[in-house]
Formats: sequence, structure tokens, C-alpha cells
Amino acid sequence: MVYLTRRYRFSASHRLHNDALTAKENSRLYGKCDNAFGHGHNYVLEVTVAGEVDAETGMVLDLAILDGAVQREVIDRFDLSNLNLDSDRFRTLVPTTENVCIEIYGLLREKLNGGSHWPTAHLDRIRLEETNSNAFEYFGEESQFEALRRVR
Amino acid sequence: MIYVTRRAEFSASHFYHNPKLSPEENRRIFGKTNNPNGHGHNYTLDVTVAGEVDVTTGMVMDLKDLKKLLESEVLQLMDHRFLNKEVPVFAKTIPTTENIAIEIWKLLSPKLAHGKLHRIRLYETPDLFVDYFGE
Repeated sequence: MVYLTRRYRFSASHRLHNDALTAKENSRLYGKCDNAFGHGHNYVLEVTVAGEVDAETGMVLDLAILDGAVQREVIDRFDLSNLNLDSDRFRTLVPTTENVCIEIYGLLREKLNGGSHWPTAHLDRIRLEETNSNAFEYFGEESQFEALRRVR
Repeated sequence: MIYVTRRAEFSASHFYHNPKLSPEENRRIFGKTNNPNGHGHNYTLDVTVAGEVDVTTGMVMDLKDLKKLLESEVLQLMDHRFLNKEVPVFAKTIPTTENIAIEIWKLLSPKLAHGKLHRIRLYETPDLFVDYFGE
């Protein structure tokens, strides 16, 4: 099993705000991130695909499949957008980087089952950097145990 | 258990080609990387060794030894080389980043006197890397 990771970038704005809470509670919980006008980040996205190396090509997965899926499912959807206002998902769900990370995992999971030529390829991990100083990782729920065996 | 990582860098050229496939299939699958004249990368190699801390030295292994091992086993073989033409294993195995990482594992794993090889991480570019844990 080899783990292939590719880094991508997108820029978006968001506001951390929960309608179920009072204005005061939102302010206490989210601080500056609750600013009603929103604010932006340059996100760095790492997508890790795991699989056996295909004997014919020497690859885990054709990078064109990975690039195409990330472009269509993530970059086209989120780049240069307001996450709260422009995406259906985050109209009701607070677009913390945790939630964006989990959402991206869900968007990509089915798209990275490489099909007949890449039967063992599958999405292993989403890592999302909100800034240079913070990052979030999600391995899906089923593979937590396997993920924890490894030190990344 | 402690995990120690040492980084090394090397530069090499390669191209992707499978002689069992037709020229058209090779071009379709590998695109520009099929150019037989090759193209190059600055590779960054992170080698992680896992082990217990020795009570006398406070170390998993002497990092000078690991540095020497990387130089003798990997850099001398691959640095400033055309991988397909100058590294024998890649005459038959396509030198994708995946296969280079596995080959580096095979080169280093039997040579470690202390600790156990845990991970090979090989960056082909800052935005593309593979991890191999030996299985």
C-alpha cells in the first residue's frame, strides 16, 4: 500500500455563526470569526489516496483522475466564494475548517474509487490548512483505527 | 516509541514508459512524462526511524549514521542521475514516485543497525508526495 498526497489551494470567505445561539453567545464563542461581513482564508488542501501500485503504470492512481475530481468537486465549488452564502451545505452548517474538511471528504470519497483500472485506490485522508498555523485532518469514520496505527 | 525523521534532497531525471504498451497507449496514459529524453525533479526524502530511546545516549539512533546511510545507499545511487538509464532497478520498473519510495525502503530497511524503518516519504515537488510504510 502506498499513500499518494497532492496539495491544492483555494481561497474563500466565511463567518462562524450559529443561528441557534444568541448574539452574545456567538460573540463569546467565535470572537472575531463571528464578524457579520465574513472574512477570508487561503486554504491549502491535501488529498491522500491509498492503494497498491499498479504494475502496468507504476502508479497508485492516475493524477488526472485526482486533479479532475478535486477541481470539479472542491475548487469549482468553493474557490473565490463565500462559504456561508454560496454553498447550500454551509447555509445551515457552521463552516468551521473541521466541517469543511469533513464535507470535502464526503464530496471526494466516491469520486476517488478509481474504477476498474485502479481497484485498490481509495480516499485515505483529507488535510485542510486554514492558515499556516492550523490544520485539520479527517480519515473518515471507518478507517480511524487504521489511520491511528500510522504516524503521519 | 519515538519517531526520528531525517531529510535528504537529491535531483534526478526520469520518464514514464511501459514497453509492454504501444507508443499511443504510453502517450495516452503518461502524457508529457512519456518524453524519452526525460525531465527532472528536486526530490525531498524524509526517512522516519522508530525506536526506543537508548538510556545511555538518549537517542534512537545516531543521526550521523543515518545521514551516512542515506548518502551511501540513496544519494550515491540516484543524485544527479537519469533514473531509467543509470539506476538498474528502473530499467525494468517505471520510476514513478511510488516505485522510487518503495525502492528506497528496500535499500534502507535491511541496513538500519538501531531502530526500525517506519516510513519513507518522498516529495517529487512540494505539492506531490507519497508515503510508504513497508507493506
